[in-house]
Amino acid sequence: MDVQLLTYIFVGASFALYIGIAIWSRAASTKDFYVAGGGVSPIANGAATAADWMSAASFISMAGIIAYAGYDASVYLMGWTGGYVLLAMLLAPYLRKFGKFTVPDFIGDRYYSNVARTVAVVCVIFVSFTYVAGQMRGVGIVFARFLEVDVNLGVIIGMAIVFFYAVLGGMKGITYTQVAQYCVLIFAFLVPAVFLSILMTGHVLPQTGFGATVLDAAGNDTGVYLLERLDQIVQDLGFGAYTDGSKSTIDVFFITAALMCGTAGLPHVIVRFFTVPTVRDARISAGWALFFIALLYTTAPAVGAFARTNLIETVNNAEYEQLPEWFYNWENSGLIGWLDKNGDGRVQMAAGDPFQGKPNFAGDRNQTAGDFGQRVVTNAPTDNKSEVYIDRDIIVLANPEIGNLPAWVIALVAAGGVAAALSTAAGLLLVISSAVSHDLLKKTLKPDITEKQELMAARLAAIVAICIAGYFGINPPGFVAQVVAFAFGLAAASFFPVILMGIFYRRMNKEGAIAGMAVGLIFTFSYIVYFKFVSPELNSAEHWLFGVSPEGIGTVGMILNFLVAFLVSRVTAAPPEEIQHIVEDIRVPRGAGQAHAH
Amino acid sequence: MREENARAYWAANVKLILSYLVVWFVVSYGCGILLADVLNNIQFFGFKLGFWFAQQGSIYVFLALIIMYARSMNKLDRKFDVHEE
Repeated sequence: MDVQLLTYIFVGASFALYIGIAIWSRAASTKDFYVAGGGVSPIANGAATAADWMSAASFISMAGIIAYAGYDASVYLMGWTGGYVLLAMLLAPYLRKFGKFTVPDFIGDRYYSNVARTVAVVCVIFVSFTYVAGQMRGVGIVFARFLEVDVNLGVIIGMAIVFFYAVLGGMKGITYTQVAQYCVLIFAFLVPAVFLSILMTGHVLPQTGFGATVLDAAGNDTGVYLLERLDQIVQDLGFGAYTDGSKSTIDVFFITAALMCGTAGLPHVIVRFFTVPTVRDARISAGWALFFIALLYTTAPAVGAFARTNLIETVNNAEYEQLPEWFYNWENSGLIGWLDKNGDGRVQMAAGDPFQGKPNFAGDRNQTAGDFGQRVVTNAPTDNKSEVYIDRDIIVLANPEIGNLPAWVIALVAAGGVAAALSTAAGLLLVISSAVSHDLLKKTLKPDITEKQELMAARLAAIVAICIAGYFGINPPGFVAQVVAFAFGLAAASFFPVILMGIFYRRMNKEGAIAGMAVGLIFTFSYIVYFKFVSPELNSAEHWLFGVSPEGIGTVGMILNFLVAFLVSRVTAAPPEEIQHIVEDIRVPRGAGQAHAH
Repeated sequence: MREENARAYWAANVKLILSYLVVWFVVSYGCGILLADVLNNIQFFGFKLGFWFAQQGSIYVFLALIIMYARSMNKLDRKFDVHEE
C-alpha cells in the first residue's frame, strides 16, 4: 500500500477513536465539564497531562531544534520537565485540596478580590490563545504535508474534531481522548527513534544509543562515540561543538528558570490536577505525568544527535544527482533549498545561512530546473560556503524516510503529529471556556445563573474559542513564534508566585498579591514587547538587562513579583481570619473528598 | 492540639520540600548549567558528564524526586494522622 493511503487510514482511524470516546464520555454537569467529575485515576491523568503538555512543537519541532542547537537546547529539556517537580511539591496537592474548578477561582477566593480574579482571567485567556494559535497551524501543516490537502482545509478539519469532543465532553471528553492521543503520539515518536538507534549504534534504547559508539555501513563497531564523532564533524564544517553551548551561562540559567516556573504556572497544566480524586493522587499523578513526558523528552535529544549526524554524513559533499529520494521530496515541498554557489554539482554544508531567509523558488522542478535538476532558489546568496537550507521541522517528519523505514511508520508519524496538536489545543480551549463561563460570568458578572445555564455558556464559550483559534490557524499572525516567550514569561511572572505565596505564606494579602502580579506582568510584558516588537534591532546581549534575553526575563519578573508582594503585604493589613483558615485547611490533605463538591 | 499537630505536619512537609529542592537545583542548575563546563571534562560512557546532566540525567532525577516526595508524604500523612479516608 502506498504511504498516502496508509496515512489516510491511520489518521482516519485515530479520529474515529477520538469521536467514539467523545460520545461515550459526554458531560452532564459543570463539574464533569470543568474537572471531569473529579474522578480520573492518577495514571490516566498523568497520560492526559502529558498529551496536554506536549504540543505540536514538542512532537514536530523540538528534536529538530536540538539537532541544530546541541547543548543550547538543554534549556527546553530541563525547563519543560523540571517544572513538574515544582508542580508536584509546591502547587498541585494544595490546589487539589482547595477543590475548585479553575486557576482564577483560587486566586479570586484566596485573595478575596474580584480584581485579582479578573487580572487572572485576562492572563489565562491571553496565555492560552497565544499557545493555541500555533497548535491549529500545526494540525494544518501535518495535513498539508502528509495528506496533500490544503493547509486551511486541514485547520478546519482539526477544528471540527476538537469541536466535537471538547464541546460535547468538556474536560471529561478531553481527558479520555488525551489518554488515547498520548498513546498514539508516543508510539509514533518512539518507533522511528528506536529504528534509528539500532541502525546507527545497535542499541535498542535511544537513551543509551545516544552515548554509544557508532556502527559503520556494514554494521561493524567503529569504536568512536556518537557524540565525539558529531562534535568532530560539526566543527569541521565550522560550527561550534555540538556538546558546548554558545549562550551565556547567565542567560541559560534564567531561561531555564522561566520555563520551569512558567510550566508550573500554566493554567491548562494546573487544572489537570483538579480532576483526580484525592490529594495523594495529585502528588503521584505529577510523577506519572513526568514519566510519560520523559519518555519523549529523553528520546528527543538522542533523535536530534542521530539525525544531525545522519544528515551531514548523507548530504554534505554528495553529488546532487546521487542524493536519496527524500531530499527531492522535501525540496518539492519547499523545506529544503539548494543553491550551488561554487557550481560543482555537490551539496556543501557549512556554518551560516546559505542565503537570506527561507527559500523562494522560481517555480517547480518541471518548469525551471537548475543545471543538475534542482529547484532554482532566487534568494540573494550570502558570502559563506554554506549551500543548503534545511528546515528544522524536517528532522522528525523525515526521520522515517531518512532511515529507510517502512511506509506505515511514516503514516504513524503523521497521526502522531495530529494527536499532539489536537490534544494541546483541546486542553487550552477548555481553560479559555471555563475562564469565561465560570470565572467571568458565574463568579463576577452574573452569580445567579443556574448550573444548566453555566454549562450552556461554557459550551458556547468553547465554540467561540475554537472559531477564534481556527481563524488564527488560517491567518497566522507573523509573530506567533516570537510570542511563545510571552506564554512562559507571563505565567512565571504572574501565576506561579501568586499561587505559591497563597499557599506557603499565610500573611499574604490581596494588596500584596495584586501589586506583585501587576509589577511582574507589566515588567515582563514591556521587556518582551520592547525587544521583540519595538526595537528588534537592539535584541542582543549587550542591550539586555543583566544579559538576560526576552525568553528568560520572566524569571526577573517573577523575582520582582515576590519582592513587591512581600513588601506591600508587610505594610498593609493581614488577610481576614477566614482566609487564613482556608490556607491552613489546604495544607492538610484530609477532607479533600468533600471539598470538591462545589 | 489539632492545630499544633497541623503546624508540626506543615513544618515537616516544608523541610522535606526544601531538601528535595536542593537536589533539584543541584542537578539541573548546578550540574547541567553552572558546573557543566567543569563536568564536561569527565567522560561518562559516550557523554561528557555536564552535557549528559543537561540532556538526560536531570530529567531522570526530577522523576525520582517526585516519586520519592509522593512516597515520603504518604508516610508523613499517616504519621500525623492527616491522611485521607
